[in-house]
Amino acid sequence: MPTDTADPRYDYALRPPRLPQPVDESLASAPIDLDVRLEMYRKLHLLRQWSKRAHDLFLQNLVKGTTHLSLGQEAVAAAFSSAMRPDDYTFATYRGHAHSLSRGMDPGEALAELLGRKNGVLGGKGGSMHLTDVTRGMMGSYAIIGAHLCIANGAAWSAQMRGTGQVAVCFFGDGTTNIGAFHEALNMAKIWNLPVVFVCENNLYMEYTPIDLVTAVPRPAADRAPAYGLEPIVVDGNDPDAVYLVAREAIERARRGEGPSLIEAQTYRHGGHSRADPGKYRPQSEVEAWKARDPIPMYHDRLLKLGTPEATLTGIERQVAEVVDAATEFAKNGPEPGLEDLLVNVWADGGAEWRN
Amino acid sequence: MAELSYREAVAYGIAQEMRRDPRLVMLGEDIAAAGGVFKTTVGLLEEFGPDRVRDTPISEQAIIGAAMGAAMTGIPVIAELMFSDFIAVTWDMIANEIAKTRYMTNGQVTLPLVIRTANGGGVRFGAQHSQSVENWCMMIPGLKVVAPATPTDVVGLMAASVRDPDPVIFFEHKALMATSEEIPDGEIVDTLGTARIRREGTDLTIAALAAMVPRALEAAEMLAADGISAEVIDVRSLVPLDTRTILQSVAKTGRFYTVEENPRVLGWGAELVSIVSHEAFWDLDGPCVRITTPHIPLPAASSLEDLAIPSVQKIYETVKRTIGGAP
Ligand SMILES: Cc1ncc(C[n+]2csc(CCOP(=O)(O)OP(=O)(O)O)c2C)c(N)n1
Ligand SMILES: [Mg+2]
Repeated sequence: MPTDTADPRYDYALRPPRLPQPVDESLASAPIDLDVRLEMYRKLHLLRQWSKRAHDLFLQNLVKGTTHLSLGQEAVAAAFSSAMRPDDYTFATYRGHAHSLSRGMDPGEALAELLGRKNGVLGGKGGSMHLTDVTRGMMGSYAIIGAHLCIANGAAWSAQMRGTGQVAVCFFGDGTTNIGAFHEALNMAKIWNLPVVFVCENNLYMEYTPIDLVTAVPRPAADRAPAYGLEPIVVDGNDPDAVYLVAREAIERARRGEGPSLIEAQTYRHGGHSRADPGKYRPQSEVEAWKARDPIPMYHDRLLKLGTPEATLTGIERQVAEVVDAATEFAKNGPEPGLEDLLVNVWADGGAEWRN
Repeated sequence: MAELSYREAVAYGIAQEMRRDPRLVMLGEDIAAAGGVFKTTVGLLEEFGPDRVRDTPISEQAIIGAAMGAAMTGIPVIAELMFSDFIAVTWDMIANEIAKTRYMTNGQVTLPLVIRTANGGGVRFGAQHSQSVENWCMMIPGLKVVAPATPTDVVGLMAASVRDPDPVIFFEHKALMATSEEIPDGEIVDTLGTARIRREGTDLTIAALAAMVPRALEAAEMLAADGISAEVIDVRSLVPLDTRTILQSVAKTGRFYTVEENPRVLGWGAELVSIVSHEAFWDLDGPCVRITTPHIPLPAASSLEDLAIPSVQKIYETVKRTIGGAP
């Protein structure tokens, strides 16, 4: 039914844009080692360049199905992974490429998985939404909203029982705070004092809908924290140093046996939700303001100001470009999986038999 | 030899495995101090302590998710869902996550976990606490499905399920809880994917599961009095499914019946009938016949529930009517 009174909540020209906070310049003097910062810089570039390549390959119809990129949100993955121990656990969503790569997944195997190739990290069986590399603590990318918060609890519970000091870090979106599993997971994590860090990447949209239209509180994660006896923690998700400091504290807290944390990292995706979505449901001024708060040039400037030679940074960028080119060749040259792979690995015996 | 009820056999079987494997833990609602709503976990808290026998909030997704996360990181787990109807509350965890993760990750993830749950009717709990939902799980690739009918099988199949590296859904039947038998001394370990011939016969084969097994056996007794010799097979394990035992039996008897507590459509018996009619077609002397609950939600009233679930009388009459060729 056509109406003549447009709903201002859905009129993107009228909707006030939600703008990023200004950069906190004092973070330049934060106590973070230079090699950690350079590693975060390398990761930012790897995630950016690799994801752009994945998008190009999607537009070339080499990536079928769907992809969910984290362009613009790289600082969260780069910083958290840098604050984690190699044996800590990562749980991510379908928007999980950045978290996989930043835990050390081979960029070629990750890209090959998107292309549905046999040399993909999952042999082509999982695809873009399920990147997993257990050997690197990347315990999976989960595509049904909410489930993996509960699963991350289980990994944290296991670490607690085994007494290993491992911590589980679980990433999810703002929209995920409205599903029941989010609430069940937070409650259980708290009552069992689990070594788990929940990280809400609040990019202001669940798919195509502004989060404030569908959420009872202004800060989807932070405003829920007190209901589970947790501190509301909000961080500038576009500043690697800010995220790193918060991540280090929450992870070490969990490691000391002081229980779970819930962190809301405010960020923004540069592109659409998935595939070739142009993201037209967002006010142009909002998109532009967030692109101007792109974590990568900001961090480049900060590192220069801290005295890093330009040549060091361009060297990192060039080296990443080579890695991404090599990954592309590796993926494109991979064979397609075939019948010999189809009936493999349903069961632990390697097979798929359900009857004798 | 000790006389053990089906209910006691659950805790007995779990304790056997928890003593063997010090990593094994369990979690669920009211399972620790309360000993379980069906008293199937009595004594476990006392023997194994609150770290290994954990009470949980009413959070079925968090329970099953925690089981999965622990299992994938090296801790074998037994999770309890109080009623099998509640599988629906955590169906995403079971059908989408637990069942598929090994395949989707091409074998990177192993999930040694058992989900135990009280299944089935006959106790007048009505439509939301009485369902036989083993078919829900059977139809999802990646889940193993077990439904024991006797105390000994509870213990042996529990051990087999816990020791299996894949996820197993373990259905404990509410109407069998009070039944009891002598169980053997020493460790009891059974094998998944094996059916048992409970009664030998020559004229027809009846495949039954869980609470339908004793009913089929009683009906077979009545048929024997009429000179009809029924072979009764306890299917025990829906996945893996022991079709060999069933096909061999049909090759001998030439007639195949299923007795299923589930509502009619797409019950496990339909799959078995399809296998038998394809692979044993030339052995058959008549049509395969399924005896099931009608395709309705289960009613609560005693009279109605008894009319719905296949009774001894109904099994007997159906066989008598159809064995001569009547529809
Ligand atoms: C249970 C469930 N409902 C709906 C979807 C479809 N879906 C996929 S992504 C998405 C939006 C999630 O938004 P958010 O949590 O903010 O994460 P983001 O995509 O922004 O990273 C939805 C609704 C789903 N995958 N699972
Ligand atoms: Mg979002």
